[in-house]
Amino acid sequence: MKTLVYINGNHAMSKASFEAVTYAKKLGGDVTVVSSGSADLSKLGEYGASKVMVDKSLENGDAQQITRLVAAASEAIGAEVIVFSHDLVAKAVAPRLSVRLKAGLISGAIALPDTSNGFSVKVNVFSGKAFGSVSVKTAVKIISLLPNSIQPEVTGAPCAVEEFNGNVGSPAIKVIETKIPEGNIPLPEAELVVSAGRGMKGPENWGMIEDLANALGAATACSRPVADIGWRPHHEHVGQTGVAIRPNLYIAVGISGAIQHLAGVNGSKVIVVVNTDTEAPFFKAADYGIVGDAFEVIPKLTEAVKKFKAAH
Amino acid sequence: MKILVCISKSPDTTSKIAFTEGNTKFDENGVQYIVNPYDEWYALVRALEIKETSGGNVTIITVGAAADEAVIRKALAIGADDAVRIDADPTDAYFTAAQIAAYAKANNFDLVLTGKETINYNGSQVAGMIAEELDVPFISLATKLDVNGATLRLEQEIVGGLQVVEANLPLVVSCAKGMAEQRIPNMRGIMAARTKPLQVVAPIAVDAFTAYESYTLPEAKKAVKLIDPNNMDELVNLLHTEAKVI
Ligand SMILES: Cc1cc2nc3c(=O)[nH]c(=O)nc-3n(C[C@H](O)[C@H](O)[C@H](O)COP(=O)(O)OP(=O)(O)OC[C@H]3O[C@@H](n4cnc5c(N)ncnc54)[C@H](O)[C@@H]3O)c2cc1C
Ligand SMILES: Nc1ncnc2c1ncn2[C@@H]1O[C@H](COP(=O)(O)O)[C@@H](O)[C@H]1O
Repeated sequence: MKTLVYINGNHAMSKASFEAVTYAKKLGGDVTVVSSGSADLSKLGEYGASKVMVDKSLENGDAQQITRLVAAASEAIGAEVIVFSHDLVAKAVAPRLSVRLKAGLISGAIALPDTSNGFSVKVNVFSGKAFGSVSVKTAVKIISLLPNSIQPEVTGAPCAVEEFNGNVGSPAIKVIETKIPEGNIPLPEAELVVSAGRGMKGPENWGMIEDLANALGAATACSRPVADIGWRPHHEHVGQTGVAIRPNLYIAVGISGAIQHLAGVNGSKVIVVVNTDTEAPFFKAADYGIVGDAFEVIPKLTEAVKKFKAAH
Repeated sequence: MKILVCISKSPDTTSKIAFTEGNTKFDENGVQYIVNPYDEWYALVRALEIKETSGGNVTIITVGAAADEAVIRKALAIGADDAVRIDADPTDAYFTAAQIAAYAKANNFDLVLTGKETINYNGSQVAGMIAEELDVPFISLATKLDVNGATLRLEQEIVGGLQVVEANLPLVVSCAKGMAEQRIPNMRGIMAARTKPLQVVAPIAVDAFTAYESYTLPEAKKAVKLIDPNNMDELVNLLHTEAKVI
């Protein structure tokens, strides 16, 4: 079997890229990576890629151009499965590619395919409240893998990087400005997340949340009302109508745990809840609970984390 | 500007999620359907704002059964001019997108707006597929959209941040938070919605690419372990040795 993986080469390679290549390798066949941009992608060989094809002409391609690139690479190698990491580029490109190649698309895969009876893949549905098994009926299959679904595994050595001309045409979308805050861990990729809600009383109290996040090396998130009233930026809003995340650790501070909030975070491996109210619904979804005032508990937790980090 | 807004139904966000027929079908028993929040709050409301400032027409379209007309009337009550229902079960994203694209092409829409995703299937697939079928550009997860003649200026979410882009009509845009504010329909809107045109169109013949075979529910959580608020060392220790997450 031939598998193609699209990797976004405009950024430094992330753990999500290693996960996508590891996933492709576990499908059992030969793995080729296609990419644009200038990052050094030979390292992907360590996770199982046998070669990387790069179109350097496409530094900031739009979704239509990237679609043409992946389609050309897929034809060049005769790919049967195409793997994406389910990020914002994949959300724009994979659906287009599906129509272009007449290849069924599975978005948000969380496991390897089950091929015992056809080809079906487990995905998250109902905003994390259930799982579905989706079968693909087309010859070529596209899988967009949810970050944090498998562990990257080093199995080989760096591989060759070849130039590839994807005949991508000219862009139809003009990029005027890019705003990427420095040093932020993108929320969907973060393994540890500290999140806070209306219980924090006001934006001026977020310093202690940030201190805890920094001590842990975690990203920060928030509940919807907190983003709506402008205490925190929109991109931190998690839940049914915000970002869905599945980190290893989710610490929820002063968040009641409404069903719409849980929908975006219930895929987290371990949940810690800090809340003054023993009746807060979040405690039912939590692994560890602290009934207490965040303003007292969080600084103590930060100190304990620092002590732990210093000793390890 | 002729704007087509894609509306999907989704179970009310507080619905109990359960399955029937050997876990192969979503259990609709007692489920209230609403307009998918992203479609209503962001795509539809922004379309109406554009119409209010620059003129034009806002049509909503749904691929679904006759029972979905209640949801369509809700969207009409918020202010769309007319509605189209493609009379078919939306079996998968490709089938749905092919239906909408065929209608959009035949009726020369300038702008097709969708929500960022449906909150039941969370596919984020339909919009990009419509764009490829129509062979027009697609702006995913737009948080802002301003019209300047035939050129649109948009802000969209990208990995780690935002980007400002310009694109020309015709265009497909999926709408995310920031685009507009939710509007509550008033009595006049609800009355007017009853008589607004709702056209039922036969589907075109296409085969779905994918199918949902079965569903499972996550395992029930074990009872929460309560930690003394004065003993955060214990929590850190448990996160390290028991949960193994730090
Ligand atoms: C269609 C729809 C979609 C929605 N989508 C989302 C979504 O995506 N994400 C989302 O988050 N919400 C969403 N909501 C809103 C959701 O229903 C809740 O209203 C929201 O999550 C509540 O936010 P909160 O927990 O921060 O605030 P509150 O409900 O006000 O809870 C604050 C909590 O803080 C605790 N607290 C107070 N003081 C302290 C203290 N000193 N120390 C510790 N704890 C304290 C309180 O006991 C309480 O539990 C949606 C709602 C609807 C109708
Ligand atoms: N059956 C449908 N009829 C009309 N529009 C739909 C339908 N299903 C999905 N859409 C639109 O496509 C968007 C993305 O859906 P999805 O790809 O399922 O996440 C939704 O927010 C809707 O705007």
